[in-house]
Amino acid sequence: MSASSAGPILELRDVSLSFKGVKALNALSFAVARGEICALIGPNGAGKSSLLNIINGVYRADEGEVVFDGAPFRRIRPLEAARRGIGRTFQHNALFKRLSVIDNVLAGLTRHSRTTLVEHAFGLPRDLAESRALRARAEDIIEHLELTPHRGTVVSTLPYGVQKRVDLARALVGRPSLLLLDEPMAGMNQDEKRQMSRFVTEANAVLGATVVLIEHDIGVVMDLSHHVVVLDYGRKVGDGTPRQVRNDPDVIAAYLGTVH
Amino acid sequence: MSSAETEAAADFVAPGAARDWRGLRRALPLGLLLAVAFVIVPLAGTDYWFNAILIPFLIMALAGLGLNLLMGYAGQASLGTGAFMATGAYATYNLLLRLPDIPLPISLVLGGLIAGAVGVVVGLPSLRIKGFYLLASTLAAQFLLEWIFNQYGWFSNYSTSSSISAPKLAILGQDLSSPVGRYLMTLTAVVAIAAVAARLVKSQTGRAWSAVRDMDTAAAVIGVPVARSKLSAFFVGAAVCGVAGALWAFAYLGTVDARSFGLDRSFQVMFIIIVGGMGSIAGNFIGSAFIVLLPILLSQVSDRLFGGTVDAGQLANLQRIAFGALIIWFLIKEPAGLAALAERGWRRLRPSGTAGPERGSRPGNTGKIF
Repeated sequence: MSASSAGPILELRDVSLSFKGVKALNALSFAVARGEICALIGPNGAGKSSLLNIINGVYRADEGEVVFDGAPFRRIRPLEAARRGIGRTFQHNALFKRLSVIDNVLAGLTRHSRTTLVEHAFGLPRDLAESRALRARAEDIIEHLELTPHRGTVVSTLPYGVQKRVDLARALVGRPSLLLLDEPMAGMNQDEKRQMSRFVTEANAVLGATVVLIEHDIGVVMDLSHHVVVLDYGRKVGDGTPRQVRNDPDVIAAYLGTVH
Repeated sequence: MSSAETEAAADFVAPGAARDWRGLRRALPLGLLLAVAFVIVPLAGTDYWFNAILIPFLIMALAGLGLNLLMGYAGQASLGTGAFMATGAYATYNLLLRLPDIPLPISLVLGGLIAGAVGVVVGLPSLRIKGFYLLASTLAAQFLLEWIFNQYGWFSNYSTSSSISAPKLAILGQDLSSPVGRYLMTLTAVVAIAAVAARLVKSQTGRAWSAVRDMDTAAAVIGVPVARSKLSAFFVGAAVCGVAGALWAFAYLGTVDARSFGLDRSFQVMFIIIVGGMGSIAGNFIGSAFIVLLPILLSQVSDRLFGGTVDAGQLANLQRIAFGALIIWFLIKEPAGLAALAERGWRRLRPSGTAGPERGSRPGNTGKIF
């Protein structure tokens, strides 16, 4: 885990969001400490994905503010969020499907590129040097996530579980300080889930990314995370360590007690 | 050219010892093709071949390349191709006319850059709209630019007829107005631009274009500058179309005429890339061969077979029907275009070759990702 400097990396203060009058998030506040793995759990429609979308600027909060790395904002554009170091994977497949695995991962490094169109067009020395450096970083992540056998394959032809890993690689390669994972293990079997858990743990422990993840498999969540926030109908009903949350009567009533 | 191309090809394959060898093996057929195009064809070709077949084929392939960069690689649909070509043609004409000291190749490049700048303006709506709506907005640009070039005499130097004859073509005192000279000028421009484009689509810029095409929301979230990528695609695509337009006017027609850059032209170029293959450099040449050359071939064949026995007007209609049927048949055989068909055949011939990327799915996305 990275050395914790002063203050949480992410703090939400009274964030509210509604869609055509339906409250998706209702005055939600919580903090994510630097270097932790924080899980957001709650039934479908609880507002978990909406929350991630506010943090990286896809949606705009109606009220409240988000503080990332000490800087508060109400609205941030997705590109700006990425530049500040917020990485993201998606619930539904959002890879660049006609590109190969390596090209998908390289696309995740775009924000680190300093070269221009003219340099790309004519293959000028700065472009060649930068391409080599970026490619080395991409190959590194690909090897790390055990994607080497697939590196040249067009992603749309890969199995779902592998695509999820490519999505993680694409988010991780830019070395985000905050990594948002939207159901990284949805639709996976137990082996794949174990493998993905290991990768998330490594991203956190080795690469030093603070992780906020949405996951429905409570067993996985309890093993993986340091901190759990429970949402229900856009409100926070639980916030604490996995053990605290598991024993919280409100949480049990809202979520854990029901069968999914 | 071939060194840049080789390098681009070598960049694409896995690093390692096999790199040079594979790069060479990929470059060899291309090198042979270029040798034939630059050496054998000028020696063996007739004026008819240069004027009626090779020059229009090359220029339409170049226009296809411009639209393919914009639409096939960056996913921004456009019907403004004719307008971009007209802009390039009029810009180059005015540069040659008003700044006669500038050498012809520089005027061509500047004409392309001016078309690119116009392309950026035409592309501004892409920041807010996409798909069919964007297509409609480029259609408006097509009509507007056509109208401007006809309306304001300055562009055609107040010529009384709507078509104006092009200035004499010469590079470094070398007269290029002979058919073979115009062929070589066109070929050089097309090969140079295709080499730059081949490098560009494999670069950071090309990757960002493809990312925007495949999933623009995700692209923004992972740090791809979506707006800048769209506009740079409009710039490069329109610039390439602009050079194609200038060549069409100077190397093919010999006149600058807004009527040859109408909406029909935009559609023709779009058919070239759909038939040839979106997101493929070679596809533009295959598509252009199909769209430009097949009608000529069909008319030759039908004249031989039915000449005299069937009414000439009837025969022309039958040719169009056969042409349309062939397009449909090929698109059913391979929706990703003839380039993909050729690639499959190529791989079947050489099973030892490296497997290229599958080109099974079509562009466009399902939209919902969250």
